[in-house]
Formats: sequence, structure tokens, C-alpha cells
Amino acid sequence: MFERLVEEAPMFFNYHNLVFISQAMGRTLGMTVIGCSVGFFFGLLIAVLRQSSMIALMPLRVVAIAYVETFRRIPFLVILFIVLFVIEPLLPGTSLFGIATVSVCLLSTAFLSEIIRSGLESVPQQQIEGARTLNFGALQMLFMVVLPQSWRVIVPPATAFVVMFIKDTSLASQLGVIELTFAGKMLVNRGFSPVLGFGVILICYFALSYPLSRLSAYLEKRLASS
Amino acid sequence: MHHLEIKDLCVSYDKDPVLKGVTLSSDKGEVVSLIGPSGSGKSTLLRALIGLTPPSQGQVFVGGEAIDYFSRRSLRTLRGEMAIVFQQYNLFQNMTVLRNVSIAPIKIQKRSRSDAEKEAKSLLEKVGMADKQDAYPEELSGGQQQRVAIARALATRPEILLLDEVTSALDPERVNEVLDTIRGLTSAGITMIIVSHEMAFVREISTRVAMMDDGQIVEIGPPSQIFDAPEQRRTRDFVSKILKH
Amino acid sequence: MDYTFQFTEVLKELPYLLGGAGVTLLIAFVSFWAGAIIGLFGAVAKVYGGKMVRNIASGYVIFFTNTPALVQIFLLYYALPDVGIVLGPLTAVLIGLILNSGAYLTEILRAGVISVRRSEIEAAATLGMSGMQVLRYVMLPHIAKTIYAPLSNFFVWLVLGSSLAALFGVEELTGRAINISTANLRSIETFTIVAAIYVVLTVLASTSLALVGRWAFRVRAKVF
Repeated sequence: MFERLVEEAPMFFNYHNLVFISQAMGRTLGMTVIGCSVGFFFGLLIAVLRQSSMIALMPLRVVAIAYVETFRRIPFLVILFIVLFVIEPLLPGTSLFGIATVSVCLLSTAFLSEIIRSGLESVPQQQIEGARTLNFGALQMLFMVVLPQSWRVIVPPATAFVVMFIKDTSLASQLGVIELTFAGKMLVNRGFSPVLGFGVILICYFALSYPLSRLSAYLEKRLASS
Repeated sequence: MHHLEIKDLCVSYDKDPVLKGVTLSSDKGEVVSLIGPSGSGKSTLLRALIGLTPPSQGQVFVGGEAIDYFSRRSLRTLRGEMAIVFQQYNLFQNMTVLRNVSIAPIKIQKRSRSDAEKEAKSLLEKVGMADKQDAYPEELSGGQQQRVAIARALATRPEILLLDEVTSALDPERVNEVLDTIRGLTSAGITMIIVSHEMAFVREISTRVAMMDDGQIVEIGPPSQIFDAPEQRRTRDFVSKILKH
Repeated sequence: MDYTFQFTEVLKELPYLLGGAGVTLLIAFVSFWAGAIIGLFGAVAKVYGGKMVRNIASGYVIFFTNTPALVQIFLLYYALPDVGIVLGPLTAVLIGLILNSGAYLTEILRAGVISVRRSEIEAAATLGMSGMQVLRYVMLPHIAKTIYAPLSNFFVWLVLGSSLAALFGVEELTGRAINISTANLRSIETFTIVAAIYVVLTVLASTSLALVGRWAFRVRAKVF
């Protein structure tokens, strides 16, 4: 086996393949960044919605809760399939990357909204009372008092989530999105040894994920002690 | 016309009545202290006045105007005229001392930043915390935080100041610095309603003292009456028990 | 859009799907317990082992928690034949999931082991307890309380994660969904029902685990 590796390595690491792998990595990264940003934005909206007690917003709140509790309990693979089968007839011609990104956003919104919500809830009630008696409006309270103080509770699990998320994007390969995992498969199909092909892909994932893991661990330690 | 008038105020927590008809009025610049056993409803009265707990019955008038505790606009007006300092200081942990004091004037009352900060600094001087203006609450002692909280409440230029057991959470050494600060406020003409266990202080600073028990005002009168010649038996029992320590 | 939803077509296949759910649970179960054994060794290695043992365990954990399970299984499935080991799809998936679980469980169990404070052990020792007794009456209950919630969450996560077996042809819940939908072309209905089954599965799992936790370990856990 090692002879094969040594034999193939120079052919494997040619310019064309390296560009190919980088583009695939770009797609993996793209799905992650878009997914987590969108997820954070809508997750924040949902978390704030769930914290509010306005009666007018009740139907929206019910929908939000149903959405979050459901999408956190469905495998990502199933979400991918459902989104595929819903979007295809409705918007034919949508790129696979687009479909994968939508699925990824649906998943991340559900999880991040829970992380953000527990962050918001961690801020002591007294801070909110102090703000209320000083005549802070609801939005002012949220952005000036509650959110700044909830970062501490939000950032560690959110970072850990992004780390998990990078790995989930590998399932988008099943849709045909040419991200890292699919690139690996393609290279192996072209005849390269699986050890080389998948091994290099694993290293690419590792390069993306490990720095974040370390960051997450560092943040957890720092924020826990202060 | 009384500056602050409370008529027959009732408050319940989950069908459990805590305030059972409180009637009290106060003129401008008066200092009214509330004393009484735990659970008598003193803090609840203050919380109800500032609108943190809605009343189930009764009325409150500030400067002759009735307050509607269920109207957002009415509450906003009220909180422009009335401020509260909590037992747990409730300073914003994510802001410096200066920002804590100046943020409400800047963001809520829409005063200019330079104006608000100037006034904040002079208030901080008054409470003796001017040198700590860039510190964060977690770096300060309880007494220091409480003094900042008082400055923060005063920054909104209230006509009525509510002080809810502001020294109860402090180490004994720190209590005096806060009491001194409050003493300094009496000359400013602000109406104050104080809930406190510091009887000597209450006696010294109040125009009137109200004894509360079981959700109602049992007796109200000048300190000399309440402490030396109480008319009600409950007042007598409470005062003698407290003064024994 | 001219599409009538026909859920009844899919509901006919419910027994078949529920059989798939059983396979899903089985995969999760096996992966969990086998992974737990690895995790135990790993945790002990990381806490009590010498430098080399610790590094090996760390390396194992770091590798498996920073790379996707799917690619790990691809590697097993496609690379091992080169050295003469041919794994069936289910075996490859199981081995992959077990190795993966072992890494995560190492971390969970390790957190449990180090959560016992020195002071508690010292207190127990000064009361005259033997090493065994300290283990049984002080350390284990404490560890159990600390790790129960993360372990339960991990199991639920495994139930969802087992779906990647479908990509290798294993006929667990997702796999059977794929089978049905390719046959009757009622993809949306099939996968919606399957999604619902997953939700029910995970809620049942969380609830029963939470109940067991409350009863056996007096651990209060949130289900929702």
C-alpha cells in the first residue's frame, strides 16, 4: 500500500488537483460561513421573539418554537433531502450549492437560536429591571444591556457548534455539491488511492476545524474564569 | 397639593395579596421612611410605585396627575420623574461607571453627550466616586457600586427618589459611606421614600416614618412619635424589638 | 403547482419504516456502548496515564473530533480492501461510528472524572474510607451526576447521526425512506413522515433518559 502512495503522490499533488481541492474547500467554508451567519441572525430574531411576551406575536412564537424543536431533532441528511424535494419543483434550476446552503441555514438557525436564547436568559433579571426603571425601551435594553452581557454564555457553545457544523457540511456531498468530501470521492474515482484521496481530505477538514476547536477551548477557559 | 399621593394601593403576587390598601401622601422635599418586619410589603410598595409590579387596585398621583400603570406612555413619564435605587445596585456590568451614570440621560432623555457626561462627573463627585469613573462594576466594592447606583438614579433628575434597602447587602464598614451620601441629598429638595433597617439613620433623616405590617401602614408620624411614643401596639412591639439590638 | 399530497401511500409503509427505526436505534445503541468502553479507557488514559499514553489518547480524540465521520467511514470502506480487509457496509459504518463515539465519550467521561474535587476525596479519606469505598461512595455518584446529561445528549445525537449509514446502503430509517421514495416517487411525503418519526424517536429517548436520570441519579434534566 505504501508503495502505491509513494507512487501516486507526485501525480496527486499536481497544480490542477490542488486548485480543485482548494475550490472544494472554499465551498465547504462557504457553506459554513453563510450557514452560521444566517443562522446567527435568524437565531437571534427567534431567540428575542421567544423572550418577548407580546400577545400579538403569539402565533409567530408558536411557529418559531415548533420550528426550532423540530429541526433540532431531524438528521441533517433528512433535512437535505426534504429541502431538495421541496425546492426542486418550486424553483427548478436552483444550484445544488444553493439547496445545500438553505438546508444548512435551516439547521444552524434552529441550533443557534437555542444557544442564543440560553445566553439571553442568563442575564440576571435585575439588570433588566435596572434598565426598565431607567426608561430603556425594549430594543435599547436588548442591544445595550442584555446582548453585551450574554456573549459570555453564547460564544463557547456557538464556537463548538461551528466546529460540529463544518463536519456536517460533508453530508452535502450526497447532493452532489462539490465540497471537500465530494472532491475526495471524485479524486478516488479518478483512480487515486483512497488513502491518499480521503487522507488529504481529512487533513483539509482538520486544518479548518482544529484552529476553531482550540479557539473554542481557549474561550471557554477564559470566559469561565472571569 | 401633595407631591406624591398613594390611595388605597393593593398589589398581589399570584392571587396572594401583599399590599392590602396603602394610603400615603408626601409633600415635595419630604423624606418618608418605611420600617417594619420582613414581608410587610415595604419593598413591594416601592416596586409598585415605579411600575415593576402592577397594582391590582388603588391609585397613585404624582404632582396631581394620576399614573396609569398599564399605559406605556404613562410609565415613561413616571420614570422620568421618579427613580429607584435597588438593594442589589443593579449596575450594568458591561459598562464603566461613567457610562452607567450617563447612559440614561444620553440615550433615553436625549441629552447631549458632553452635557450628560459633565453632569455625570459632578454627580460622581458628589457621591465620592469621581476617581473611579472608568472602572467596571465588578472591580468595585458593594458600597462603591451602591454609590454609583445612587448617582445613576440622580442623573435622570428625578423629583422623587425611591431607596429600597440600599444598605442591606453591604458589609457593615461600607454602610456609612452610603448613608453619608444619602444624607447629602436631603438638601437637594428631592422627595425621598426610603426603606431601611438602619433605625438611627431613619430617625435622623426622615420628616416622617411609616410603620408597615402585613401589607398596610400601621402608623405614620414624625420620628419622635414612632420611636419614642408609638401609638399602635404593633409599632411599639416592632420598635422595642429593633432598638434592643 | 399541480401536486396532490398522498400521505396514505406512505402510511401504508409505516411498519417497514418503523422497522428501520429499530435498526437506527440498534446502531445508536451499539455505537454508544462500544464507544463508551473506548471512552472509558481514553478518559483514564488522559487523566491518569503517563505522557506517551496521554498523547496517544489526545491524538485519537483530536483526530476523530475534528474530521467528519462520513469521510472516516469512506476511508475505512474504500481503503481497507487495499490491505485485504473488506468490510461490509454496516460493519464499516459501525466501526466508524464506534471510533467516533469513543473520541467524544473520552472527553465526556474525562470531564466527569476530573470533576470530582480533591477536597471531597480528602474528606472521605480522613473519615477513614478505603480507596474502594471512596470510589464507590464519593467519586462514582458525583461522576454519574456530572456525565449523565452530556451522555444522554450524545446518545440522542448518535440516533440522528446514524442516518449516514443510509449512504452506504444500510436499511435503517433514512435508508428505508430512500427505498420507498424511489419506488413510489412520493418523496416529500416520505421524508416528512420520516422526519416526524425521528422527532418522536428523539423525544422518546430524551424523555426516558431524563426520567431514568431523575429516578436513578436524581439528576434534573430539561427535555424541551
